[in-house]
Amino acid sequence: MGIEVVVEGLTKSFGRQSIWRDVTLTLPAGEVSVMLGPSGTGKTVFLKSLIGLLKPEKGRVLINGVDMVNSPERDVYETRKLFGLMFQDGALFGSMSLFDNIAFPLREHTRKKESEIRRIVMERIEVVGLLGAEGKLPGEISGGMRKRAGLARALVLDPQIILCDEPDSGLDPVRTAYLSQLLIDLNAQIDATMLIVTHNLDIAATVPDNMGMLFRRELVTFGPREVLLTSEEPVVAQFLAGRREGPIGMSEEKDAAALAAEADAVGAAAARPRAIVPQLEPSPGLPPRRAVARRRERVMGMIDQLPPAARSAIRRTYERGAGAPTLPLPAAGSGA
Amino acid sequence: MITGALRQTGRLFALAAEVGRAVFRRPFQFREFVEQFWFVASVTILPAALVSIPFGAVIALQVGSLTQQLGAQSFTGGASVLAVVQQASPLIVALLIAGAGGSAICADLGSRKIREELDAMEVMGVSPVQRLVVPRVLATMGVAVLLNGLVSVVGTLGGYFFNVIMQDGTPGAYLSSFSALAQLSDLYISELKALVFGFIAGIVAAHRGLNPRGGPKGVGDAVNQSVVITFLLLFFVNMVMTGIYLQIVPPKGG
Repeated sequence: MGIEVVVEGLTKSFGRQSIWRDVTLTLPAGEVSVMLGPSGTGKTVFLKSLIGLLKPEKGRVLINGVDMVNSPERDVYETRKLFGLMFQDGALFGSMSLFDNIAFPLREHTRKKESEIRRIVMERIEVVGLLGAEGKLPGEISGGMRKRAGLARALVLDPQIILCDEPDSGLDPVRTAYLSQLLIDLNAQIDATMLIVTHNLDIAATVPDNMGMLFRRELVTFGPREVLLTSEEPVVAQFLAGRREGPIGMSEEKDAAALAAEADAVGAAAARPRAIVPQLEPSPGLPPRRAVARRRERVMGMIDQLPPAARSAIRRTYERGAGAPTLPLPAAGSGA
Repeated sequence: MITGALRQTGRLFALAAEVGRAVFRRPFQFREFVEQFWFVASVTILPAALVSIPFGAVIALQVGSLTQQLGAQSFTGGASVLAVVQQASPLIVALLIAGAGGSAICADLGSRKIREELDAMEVMGVSPVQRLVVPRVLATMGVAVLLNGLVSVVGTLGGYFFNVIMQDGTPGAYLSSFSALAQLSDLYISELKALVFGFIAGIVAAHRGLNPRGGPKGVGDAVNQSVVITFLLLFFVNMVMTGIYLQIVPPKGG
C-alpha cells in the first residue's frame, strides 16, 4: 500500500517573488490526487518541493517520518527511493538508450542479475507500449514516447509514491485518454499514492480521487474530487469551464475594475451547474483499486464537514452502486 | 556584489568538500572514471607536447642569452631545466586541462542540468556529485600528474636541443650544471602543483557546469566563466605554492 504524504504550511519564494504561501494538505495513502492550476502558478515547483529537489523556506513535507525539507541529506536520498517522478519532458539521459535509461535505477540501487533486470525492464516497456523502441536514443523518438519512457523509468523500482508532472502536455486527446487509463490501471496494480499535476480538464474530471487547485500564490482548496467539481469558487468555476470571464487573466489575475465590468456583461449565464463525470475504472481483468474502499470510508467519515453541494454529489456517486463500474447517468433533472 | 562573489566562493569550497567526501563513498564509478580519464588525456596530450617544445626553447634561449652576458654560461642547463620543471610544466598542463578538458566537462554537465537529467538522477536517489563529478575530478587530477611528467621531459629536451645546437652550449656543462642545481624535491613540487591544478580545474568546471544560469546561453557563459576562473585561481595558487616551496626547501647550490 502507498504512503501518506503530509504537507504542512509550505511556503516557497524565489528571491522576492513569492510562489505560494502556507500550503497544507494530505495526500491520502494509495489514492490518486490531482493538483490543478493555471500556467505559472508553481505546480512544478510544488512537485519538486515534495521530493526535496527544491527547498521551501517554511513548512514540512512528511513521508514516513522523514521531513523532505529539513531532514539530513542522507535521509532525503534514502526516502527518494520510494518515489517515482515523471518529468514534464521525460528527463531521459541523452547518452543512453531507452533500455539503459529504464534499467538505470535498477542497476544503481539493486544487485539484480542482468537477466532479471532485462525481464523487469521489458515488462515495464510493454506496460507503457514502447516495445520495439528500447534500443533507440531519447533524441530519436517523439515527445509522447519520451514521456512514456520517463513513466516506465519512474515505475521500475515499484515506487510507493508516483508524481506526474503534466503527463498530458504535448500529447493528443486520444493518447491523453490512454495515459489516464494507464495511470488508473497502475494504481489498481501497485496501490501507490499518486499526485498528478496538470491543467488538463479531462484528466482532472476522470482520474483523481482528490483534487486541489493552486492560484494566486495559495492553495484554493484540496479535498475529495466532488468538492472541487461542485465548487462555487469563481476561480475554480472559471478554470473548470475554461472561460475567459473570471479572476484568471491572460498574464496574471485581473484587477477589480475589469472584473466588475465583466460581471455586469455576463450576468447569470455563468451559474450553470456542472455534471460530474464518473471516475475511470481499472481495465477489465485487473484487480479492483483497493483505494476505493479506503476512500469511501474516509470521505463518509468527513462528509458532515463538506459543503452541501459536494455532500449530495458524493451521496449520488456512492448510491450509483457501491463502486461497481457504471456508465455515466444523465443527471440533468436532479440539479444541484 | 561582494556578497554574491563571497557566496559563489563559498559554494565552490562546499562542492570541493563534498567531492572530497564522496570520493570515499561506495560504489566507486570506475567505468565513468576510465572513460573520463581517456577523454581528458586524448584531448590534452598532443597540444601539451606541441606547446612544451617551443616553451622549453624560449626559456632556454632567454636564460642562455642572459647567462652569456653574465659569463655564467655553464649554468644555463640547471637554470632553464628548473624553470621548465617547476613553473612552466605545471602551468602548461593546467591551462590545457582547463581549456580542453574542463570546458568540455563544464559544457557536458551544464547541458545535462538544463535538460533536467541531473534532477532526474537526484530523484532516483543517485547523487550527481558522486556519480558524475567525482570521476571527472579524479580524471583531471590523474591526467594532470601524468601529463606533467610528459611536458617536463619534452620541455627539457627542447631546451637542451636549442641550447646545445643553436647557442653552441656544451652538452657536458648543460648536464653537470643540471645535476649541480636540481634536486628531487623540484620534481615533487612540480607533480604536487600539477595535482592541485588538476583538482582546481575539475572542481571549477564542475561547479560552473552544475549551476548554469537559465537555458543554453547560460551553459555557454558557464563554460567561458569556468575557464577564466580556473586561470585566475591557477596563477594565484601557483604563486603561493612557489613562495612556500622557496621558503621551506633549502636550495641545493647553497
